[in-house]
Amino acid sequence: MDINKHPGSRHSLLLLTLTGLLILVIFLLSPANADHPEEIELGISEYTQTDQKHAVSTTRQESSSTTDHREIESLKGPFSNGPEVTKACLECHNTAGHQFKKNKHWTWEYKHPKTGQLLGKKHLVNNFCTNARGNEGMCAQCHAGYNLKDDNFDYDNEENMDCLVCHESTGTYYKTPTTSGSPACSIMFDGKDAIDWVKVAQSVQMPGRTNCGKCHFYGGGGDNVKHGDLSSALFKPTKDIDVHMDAQGLDFSCITCHVGEGHEWAGSRYQMTVNDEDGTGKPGMPREVASCASCHSNSPHSITTVLGNKLNNHTRKVACETCHIPEIARGGVATEVEWDWRTMGKLENGEGYKLKEYTQGDGHHRATYKSIKGSFSYAENLQPMYAWFDGTMNYTTIDMKFDPEKGPVDINSFSGAHDDPESRIYPFKRMKTTQPYDKGNNTLVYMELWGDTDSALWGNYDFGESIEAGMKKFKLPYSGEWGFVETLSYWPINHMVAPKEDALDCNECHAKQGRLQDLEGFYMPGTGNSKWLDLIGMLAILGTLAGVLVHAGIRWIATKRRTSQ
Amino acid sequence: MSEQTNGQMPTTPHTIQVFRLFERIWHWSQAASIFMLVFTGLAIHGTHSLISFGTAVKLHTGVALALLLLWIFATFWLFTTGQWRHYIPTEKNLLKVARFYAFDIFKGVEHPYHKTYRRKHNPLQAITYLLVKIVIFPAIWISGIAYLLISIGQGDFLGFIGIGFIALVHSAAAIAIIVFIIAHLYLLTTGHSFKEHVMPMITGYDEVELTVEEWAFLESNEPDKFKHD
Repeated sequence: MDINKHPGSRHSLLLLTLTGLLILVIFLLSPANADHPEEIELGISEYTQTDQKHAVSTTRQESSSTTDHREIESLKGPFSNGPEVTKACLECHNTAGHQFKKNKHWTWEYKHPKTGQLLGKKHLVNNFCTNARGNEGMCAQCHAGYNLKDDNFDYDNEENMDCLVCHESTGTYYKTPTTSGSPACSIMFDGKDAIDWVKVAQSVQMPGRTNCGKCHFYGGGGDNVKHGDLSSALFKPTKDIDVHMDAQGLDFSCITCHVGEGHEWAGSRYQMTVNDEDGTGKPGMPREVASCASCHSNSPHSITTVLGNKLNNHTRKVACETCHIPEIARGGVATEVEWDWRTMGKLENGEGYKLKEYTQGDGHHRATYKSIKGSFSYAENLQPMYAWFDGTMNYTTIDMKFDPEKGPVDINSFSGAHDDPESRIYPFKRMKTTQPYDKGNNTLVYMELWGDTDSALWGNYDFGESIEAGMKKFKLPYSGEWGFVETLSYWPINHMVAPKEDALDCNECHAKQGRLQDLEGFYMPGTGNSKWLDLIGMLAILGTLAGVLVHAGIRWIATKRRTSQ
Repeated sequence: MSEQTNGQMPTTPHTIQVFRLFERIWHWSQAASIFMLVFTGLAIHGTHSLISFGTAVKLHTGVALALLLLWIFATFWLFTTGQWRHYIPTEKNLLKVARFYAFDIFKGVEHPYHKTYRRKHNPLQAITYLLVKIVIFPAIWISGIAYLLISIGQGDFLGFIGIGFIALVHSAAAIAIIVFIIAHLYLLTTGHSFKEHVMPMITGYDEVELTVEEWAFLESNEPDKFKHD
């Protein structure tokens, strides 16, 4: 992809003006936030300033495309809605719809090739807002389609596909809930400018960070809430936040690594490639894999130094990410690490509210309590947890029973072992949540969160009714009795790759109480944990020293005796 | 002073060069290397953290490779010069020497062994050095090379042994070397004086019992072996 670094003077002027406006906007908005260490905000809107960054328009790069979409007759409009734009797109791109029909962004469904589990947003329960299923009205703001409201959605209707969310480049495009929620929630989406359909339709290009980031940076209900390594800090990151996306440097978009063809691209968290043995492959060989090795090879370090050779061999046991992403949630945007649903439903004067007691690195205040969701805690510059991982994720799905007595329930768990050549030591963000479950059946539950019904949690604040309705909608068994269970989920870390100077030093792991101290059962030098060898060695050395000292002592005493005689 | 200490031939003590220049360089560079390797090895093992792990690995690898090179030269030297014969184990006087260290030393008895031209080590010394040379050192360098091969990704054929066991052998051999060094250094304090033990390894010259034939041979063929004051 050719990234034009020398735009004409017209572009420079535009850039200057936009930057000026951006600075002005930031200047006007920031003091209000900086003055108050904590805030109580009435209302339950999710769209505070932190979450609004994605609406800031980006400067358009000069496109390398051979088509200027502004000249295309069918894109001159007029359009009154999204499907009309899609219809126009499909006139020329007449196989795009067919291709996209198989894409997860459209199907929200994924059949795991190894475990056979049926996954995807259409099925899963997570430990953030818990379930998209049944709450499509709200959650489908991040569905790459129009009008996904419930199970009756027509996945064969190509005109319901949303081309713009991924391809428009003005930054002015947005999506709103497809159904109405409780009146208490309606305030959330008021006061937005109408979409200029012609303008956004003509702006289409290959997806940029802004397109992907609009959804992926806000997973779990807010900026960096879910992943820890995907946040709004990546819209315009500096080099130390992400060496590849560095806005002043390489300026990669997401698809530079998540390569693909035919609307299918590399990079799945359900089945990950943790040991890309092909590396860079042969010259010219197409690679549809988002691994580090696909560009950097499996021996990316110097082969002329001792250290380089050692590190090259580490790639057989340690994922690149482990050393090269020393901390997650960098760049001033915190990630959520704990969520407690038990405190949900506290009101002030009968109204929901948010308590913003956490101030993150970039100065924004993050909600530590939301009436509709409960309490949260955050972390920044967080050291990941590490584990052996072979790339396969297993999920606790809605139909699976668990034993709540056996400690926290793994929302997702993974396989991997030190003696498995397919596994690598991998970094994860761990999320800990206390969330409702079916106490009688020992299963996770779907809740009805969003809607204008009496049972929707967001408005009614009643777990029992919300679960009852959420389960009934899909004819799932519910015992009628609910409780709280602690759950854990694990998020593999791949983004925010630091410059090489910031990569982990050997001592970070090869040390007593090093980063990998919880991983056991295999040889790793520097940890000082070979207790038996140390004991035997110590006995041998001290024994010899003692023997020598005793020998010397007797000699000394004997000499003294002889000389005194 | 003429006595019948070793063998049937009557011998007389002479100060001659027993440790040649190469031998002395070998000894002291080996000593320095082993000190470095023990220090860096303990850091890699995790016993201390006086230097960083990365630095320890770099130093340990570099010094080890240099020492291996030295050992190749030393082995070549031992066999080409015939000096290897000094290490042939012998029972002669072995018990006497052992008895000296165990009992007689406390009674103030003279060391029973005197260096001869053919045996510059006492029998206990010879057998210890031989064990170090053919058991402990090979254990450390074979395991070390195996470890290094695995570290640089060339050790797949060693997979059936596993790096854990290789590291264990390497550490065990290292412990044996430390034990050897402690005893080696302590034994320098026995006999006449510490200095008297160390100086020959610095200057090369020591008092050795020579038979008349040996004296005559050296006098005519290697006159520079004698110390000329």
